[in-house]
Amino acid sequence: MDPAYFFQQLVNGLTLGSLFALIAVGYTVVYGIIQLINFAHGEIFMVGAFGALGTWIILGRAEITAWWMLPVMLVGAVGVSVLTALLMERFAYRPLRRAPRLAPLITAIGISVFLQEFVRLFYGPIPNGLQRLVFGDDIPFEFPDAKAAPRFPSIEGVSGGSFVIGGVTLQYAAIFTVVALVLCWIGLYFFVNRTRVGRAMQATAQDPDTARLMGIDVDRIIMVAFAVGAALAAVAGIAHGLQYTNIEFRMGFLAGLKAFTAAVLGGIGNINGAVVGGLVLGLVEVMATAFIPGTFGGSAWKDVWAFALLILVLVFRPQGLLGARVVDRA
Amino acid sequence: MLEVRDLVVSYGRVRAVKRISFAVEQGQVVSLLGTNGAGKTTTLRTVSGLHTPDSGEIWFDGERIDRLPAHKIVQRGLAHSPEGRRIFPRLTVVDNLMLGAFARRDRGAGADLARVYELFPILHERRNQPAGTFSGGEQQMLAIGRALMSRPRMLMLDEPSMGLSPLMMKRIMSTIAELKAEGVTILLVEQNASAALALADHGYVLEVGSIAFDDTGAKLLSDDRVRRTYLGED
Ligand SMILES: Nc1ncnc2c1ncn2[C@@H]1O[C@H](COP(=O)(O)OP(=O)(O)OP(=O)(O)O)[C@@H](O)[C@H]1O
Ligand SMILES: [Mg+2]
Repeated sequence: MDPAYFFQQLVNGLTLGSLFALIAVGYTVVYGIIQLINFAHGEIFMVGAFGALGTWIILGRAEITAWWMLPVMLVGAVGVSVLTALLMERFAYRPLRRAPRLAPLITAIGISVFLQEFVRLFYGPIPNGLQRLVFGDDIPFEFPDAKAAPRFPSIEGVSGGSFVIGGVTLQYAAIFTVVALVLCWIGLYFFVNRTRVGRAMQATAQDPDTARLMGIDVDRIIMVAFAVGAALAAVAGIAHGLQYTNIEFRMGFLAGLKAFTAAVLGGIGNINGAVVGGLVLGLVEVMATAFIPGTFGGSAWKDVWAFALLILVLVFRPQGLLGARVVDRA
Repeated sequence: MLEVRDLVVSYGRVRAVKRISFAVEQGQVVSLLGTNGAGKTTTLRTVSGLHTPDSGEIWFDGERIDRLPAHKIVQRGLAHSPEGRRIFPRLTVVDNLMLGAFARRDRGAGADLARVYELFPILHERRNQPAGTFSGGEQQMLAIGRALMSRPRMLMLDEPSMGLSPLMMKRIMSTIAELKAEGVTILLVEQNASAALALADHGYVLEVGSIAFDDTGAKLLSDDRVRRTYLGED
């Protein structure tokens, strides 16, 4: 076997895995605090990508491609994702805090469909329509129709660029994704272990009633958990846009499902587990697609491996690779 | 300092506390006695804001607190060391203690940490160990230390001697006496009635959700009903 080919697959696997990991953290953090599987979290990732695009259309006048657009888009994406997640928490999940577990789960699926349809139907029409009311037909910021996968802004020196070492191609967008994961992971580690709010979060995950006796506002901590997960999902949304050039309103569904798989794989409730689970899942998917010969090989079977792996883990190691932090099974 | 009036608390359709009233004066140690299931823990949890009462009022320091969320009640200087210790098992001892100071606005937590370590040297020795690896008695010390970290004006202790050796038990009781001497008001729920009543200025005896009778600590110690039910004498 050609070693360069192998290493290429390794790089591709880690890149895909980083994307899963960034999203998976959101499932795990929220689960760790309120034992809710927020199935709408994949949509937060999608909304982040569209938020980045919208920021570029408004602040980049849909033409600036300089590198500094990237941090600007990042702020926009994080803002939109976090806001969406907080609204969802406040109006959909909080009223159901004491309801039987099935209720928030069904709600999550409802929100997921709602967010997809909202972006599909209104991403262009609402901002464009509002502008038409003010400016007439010649509107300054033309938002694309989300029904046809719009192009993600291309950023000079990142989008499409790459270099080759030893026969392995490293795309700048892929490097962005992996570096983003590493930075987020380090940041999260410090936040959770070294800050007051982070420790309050751990306390709440371990024993919410006693956390309240310490003076911790548990509602606030739940909001923080949703916000942190949403911020990382927004970063993933940008990474996705840079890698795949087009974004679409459906992109959160499969990515979310796989990221959820990654979270379970690593041990749901465990942050490091979500990262490791994401990376393992990305590697397995890419490697299986590249190296399994015959009928089951190739990209037609690509999406099967993640779920096959999930089933294996659930059977042989239900607590996940690193072990769930929260021993709580529905 | 704390006044509970006609408090009623239920779990679903089960009434756990049926119209109880009691008061704790500033600087006093008040003991709440009662057989298993009498409603002692429920009463403390309701005072702390973990349960919402069906009816009745709770006043702390001239302010009505029965509709306040739990985290706001600690901020007002009322700490609660819960039944069963409830330490955070995967956090270190020092992290547990510092969480006890979460509600504080001032910067004096360091001094209180030193004081807790002085009270329970073992906590200092093992400060970086996960609290879940502690023995029951050590966890109890941690739970009391953690409650003290908020520098409370009033402290509620739910069975602080549970699972402790007689020696540790003595230590905890003398700690409570010291706290009292410092002016901390204490509401004490204790299975060990003789130790609790020896310290208590006043005691209330709870029976299936109602207060059966109350008196000074010394009088209750020599009360026949108390001696039979709580001190195991006949
Ligand atoms: N979470 C709960 N759900 C339903 N009923 C409860 C719950 N907690 C307590 N109870 C009931 O409320 C009543 C009072 O319980 P509580 O724990 O307050 O008693 P206690 O006096 O603290 O007893 P112990 O000495 O055993 O600690 C009991 O009948 C108990 O079964
Ligand atoms: Mg009790």
